[in-house]
Amino acid sequence: MLTAVLCLGGIGLVAAATLGAASKKFAVEVDPREAAILDALPGANCGACGEPGCSGYAKGVAEGRLAPTLCTPGGSGTIQAIADILGIEAVATTPQVAVVLCQGDNEKATSKYRYLGLSDCNAAQKLADGPKTCPGGCLGLGSCANACPFGAIEMTPQGLAVINRDKCTGCEKCVSVCPRNVIKMVPKDATVHVLCNSHDKGAAVRKYCQVGCIGCNICKKTVPEAYQIENFLARVDYEHHEDAAQAIEKCPMKCIHDFSTGYPAGSRLATTKPETSKQPAA
Amino acid sequence: MVSLLLILVSAVFVNNFVLARFLGICPFLGVSKKVETAIGMGMAVIFVMTVASVVTWFIQYFVLIPFGIEYLQTIAFILVIASLVQLVEMIIQKTSPVLYQSLGIFLPLITTNCAVLGVAVLSIQKSYSFLESVVFALGAGLGFTLAMVLFAGLRERVELCPVPNSFRGTAIALVTAGLLSLAFMGFAGLVKG
Repeated sequence: MLTAVLCLGGIGLVAAATLGAASKKFAVEVDPREAAILDALPGANCGACGEPGCSGYAKGVAEGRLAPTLCTPGGSGTIQAIADILGIEAVATTPQVAVVLCQGDNEKATSKYRYLGLSDCNAAQKLADGPKTCPGGCLGLGSCANACPFGAIEMTPQGLAVINRDKCTGCEKCVSVCPRNVIKMVPKDATVHVLCNSHDKGAAVRKYCQVGCIGCNICKKTVPEAYQIENFLARVDYEHHEDAAQAIEKCPMKCIHDFSTGYPAGSRLATTKPETSKQPAA
Repeated sequence: MVSLLLILVSAVFVNNFVLARFLGICPFLGVSKKVETAIGMGMAVIFVMTVASVVTWFIQYFVLIPFGIEYLQTIAFILVIASLVQLVEMIIQKTSPVLYQSLGIFLPLITTNCAVLGVAVLSIQKSYSFLESVVFALGAGLGFTLAMVLFAGLRERVELCPVPNSFRGTAIALVTAGLLSLAFMGFAGLVKG
């Protein structure tokens, strides 16, 4: 009995002493600000900052190697928190959100063939450049929705990705996974977008999509400073987008959409208005 | 030499710790979603098993048997293995940050892993010599890694397959593990051990 207690106690004591000594001898100094910054970060490990995860970014910021403004998912709140920890002035950044620049779901746009393979856009894209006739349109197989760490992307029953502007944190995961580059990052305060990604000429677009931009220049004629036309595709100029909404009614293809009036039809979100995307009063 | 080789082959294939002895199922299911992490975990297990078997062998033959308290084997081994892993973690963190980055997160997970304890207890039960128990632990670790990597590879593929909804996730993982285990039963009879 006594030997047992002594032996086990002895082993425990030796182990404890060794661990105690080792923790002093092998102590690794950690910057206390690093832990504080890590707490302030969203913890999604999304990689938007370019580091493998939040802890790597916290380390980089504490060492002064990385700018405190790189965490897009955290937004200005996180930047402010990091700035407080580091004792520096916060710089305001415009929050970015991702938007799918396409409205051509399976009802509005034609397909080249019936795709029955893996439900994955990158797999589909490898098969004769994807089933959709439009070279830039959303394939609707949900690779972006699977990649989104925040559950912000909804796939409509008609096969179109719609990004919830309130849930999107701007981590750009979906942008990198999309094989057709149809998802673009835009400033969050801009609500009017040309939802088309086809650079084909108008006659070709009309053949395969009911809601594609045909490059007719009408939006640019209506609000010259807010639109740019490049290769038969209109884009909102996000530097001067204030009056962009005026051209919505003029667009013959109805491919300009204002998210402050709701999400595109067909989405479950269509009936709800985004909270944070109010248009400026002017 | 031949007997050492037999012990190694037996531990890796025939009596694979995960697929034939069903030890260490928890990390086997938990950390096997990606091949990369499975490899990291496997390396950590090989390392810890080998070091643990060395230390527990000394504890058994120089502390427990001389004092006649073999019945305290389990608790003594757990104590020693847990503190050993902590110590190793500290040393690695200080001396090799690169190794710590790749193994560090797995080390606390296996402090009280049943496969690690199983290796220590089994090599005593089989009354292996010191060298034999080290080879046995190495083989057990290799077998664990092999099972982990195979299973992670399977899971990565199953992830992309049209699995019925009710089977998705852990359910299909358990079915896969069962089939993999059945496949390993094919090694039975290769070596007696």
